[in-house]
Amino acid sequence: MYEHNGEKYFIVDSHMHYWNAAPDNWVPGAEQYAKGWIECFHAYQGLGPPETHWSIEHFQKYSEDDLMKDVFEDGHVDVAIFQPTNLKEWYTEGFNTTERNAVMGEKHPGKFIYNTNFDPRDSDAGLEELKRNVERFGSKGVKLYTAEWNNGSRGYKLSDPGAYRYLEAAQNLGIKNVHVHKGPTIWPLDKDAFDVADIDHCATDFPDLNFIIEHVGLPRIEDFCFMATQEPNVYAGLSVVIGGLMYARPNFFAKVIGELLFWVGEDKMTFGSDYGIWEPKWQVEGFANWEMPDREEFADFPRLGVAGKKKILGLNAAKLYDIKVPDEFQLPASAGTPGAHEVLGEPVAGA
Amino acid sequence: MKVVSSVALQERLLAALETVRDPELDEPITSLGFVASCTVSADGDAEVRLRLPTYFCAPNFAYLMVADAYDAVSVLPGVRNTSVVLEEHFASDAINGGVAAQAGFVRSFDGEAVAELDSLRADFLRKAVMAGTDQVCRPLLAAGKDQAALLAMKLGEVPPSRALTRLRERRADLGLPAGDGAPLLIDPVTGRPISADAVPLHMRKAQLTRTSIEANSGICRGMLRHRYGTEGLGEAPGLDQTTEEDQ
Repeated sequence: MYEHNGEKYFIVDSHMHYWNAAPDNWVPGAEQYAKGWIECFHAYQGLGPPETHWSIEHFQKYSEDDLMKDVFEDGHVDVAIFQPTNLKEWYTEGFNTTERNAVMGEKHPGKFIYNTNFDPRDSDAGLEELKRNVERFGSKGVKLYTAEWNNGSRGYKLSDPGAYRYLEAAQNLGIKNVHVHKGPTIWPLDKDAFDVADIDHCATDFPDLNFIIEHVGLPRIEDFCFMATQEPNVYAGLSVVIGGLMYARPNFFAKVIGELLFWVGEDKMTFGSDYGIWEPKWQVEGFANWEMPDREEFADFPRLGVAGKKKILGLNAAKLYDIKVPDEFQLPASAGTPGAHEVLGEPVAGA
Repeated sequence: MKVVSSVALQERLLAALETVRDPELDEPITSLGFVASCTVSADGDAEVRLRLPTYFCAPNFAYLMVADAYDAVSVLPGVRNTSVVLEEHFASDAINGGVAAQAGFVRSFDGEAVAELDSLRADFLRKAVMAGTDQVCRPLLAAGKDQAALLAMKLGEVPPSRALTRLRERRADLGLPAGDGAPLLIDPVTGRPISADAVPLHMRKAQLTRTSIEANSGICRGMLRHRYGTEGLGEAPGLDQTTEEDQ
């Protein structure tokens, strides 16, 4: 919970991690990738305020106590959603698996939601594992990396028949939310790994699932926005947007938020700290205090009020995950501004 | 045979690298800070060392920059041998070796790629055209022109600027109309003029595309600084980075 100017914000961190990327977890022979990966993440942390930077040793492996303090005690977060990343080809025990998350989270009832993952190329065995994970961890969401390599396959599209089979199965198991990593990645080499056209198809064909595009397709925000504006069940995951731009590049941050407010709207944007890349404290406080600059170059962007900030920082994700929010944090049904793209009317879809 | 002093050659070498762009960010690799060093010996052996913001920057774009740098340097009069080395990247060996052997992208990444990068490059040129449209139109709008006026304008009627030159170059690269008589507002895929009712959305998309590229560029610059802490050769604020200092 964060309180500012007499306003109370219920905070859901919808995208965070508990990883081990220390040398004790590096796969022999793949050390350079394991090392390069975590150093790359560490460079992202460099975009946050200097007083929040960690040493590389701490960054490689933070403790359970560190996480509880950074996220809940200091970071104002009420409920945090673990998004797993396996990367077992580089990290012996995996980078940040559902299992690892749950082992930790079970000691702190009510604080965490465990998302799981699947890869449609894993055939029937993968479906069985998905079923086991959903039953064991109560997952309502999955995190997918469509650009990941798997047995010689250089990524997949979420619109592939094999992916549809998994999406149907996931839906039948009670999965509601599909978080898709469309953002900085390594492979596939000769394609544009940020292509979001596949989401366009499956969002239409699975209207009861929600598709949260993490990192808003950065660096292809435009492709994401053009697609999201046509699909009512597509959301903008703000991980990396707030952490990577709000402090380091405040002008660009304002423009990106302005564009998202315009094309996607405040009802479909969700806060995620991407912890341990960035601590939530400065992000929550900074965002609750943030105002669109009052200058000409920002004049045609929608404004973001207190109601919109409450939605983005927690209420939107609480709805997606059926998180019970105490009355004191709730908004009247009509509060805030709807997706501003409606201003453009129908032509958007045909453009 | 004309003898070229190596100091003058070095300057021309850097000037040649200024023509090499990051295709994704549409900025020269020099101003982005990606050139760690460039040297040329008295015998004309040129060596360029490039660096990127992360170990895992997209290898397709990295390949294009290394290959383009090779092409730009190796044709300079006075350069006998060219070596372009990408430092500290997970695919350094494949890229450096592939470019040195002039192997092309597919052969450089044997088994990992099935297509050369021409269509990827064209996609990003189209994005650059959209972003450039906003860069050129915004000052015109600020000066009092409305969207109807922009719709009627030809490129030859736009006051000269760096942004206009850049827009015309990108359009020409794509084979799109870029002469004085060409309309200012065109579809970056078909090259056809924008219709009157589509102008508001076209302008909005142009602005969004520019924002996306600039924000991405800001992140890349920040991470490069975090990684190396030193300025690259020819590093300078980009066309659009001047309003904001790195924190």
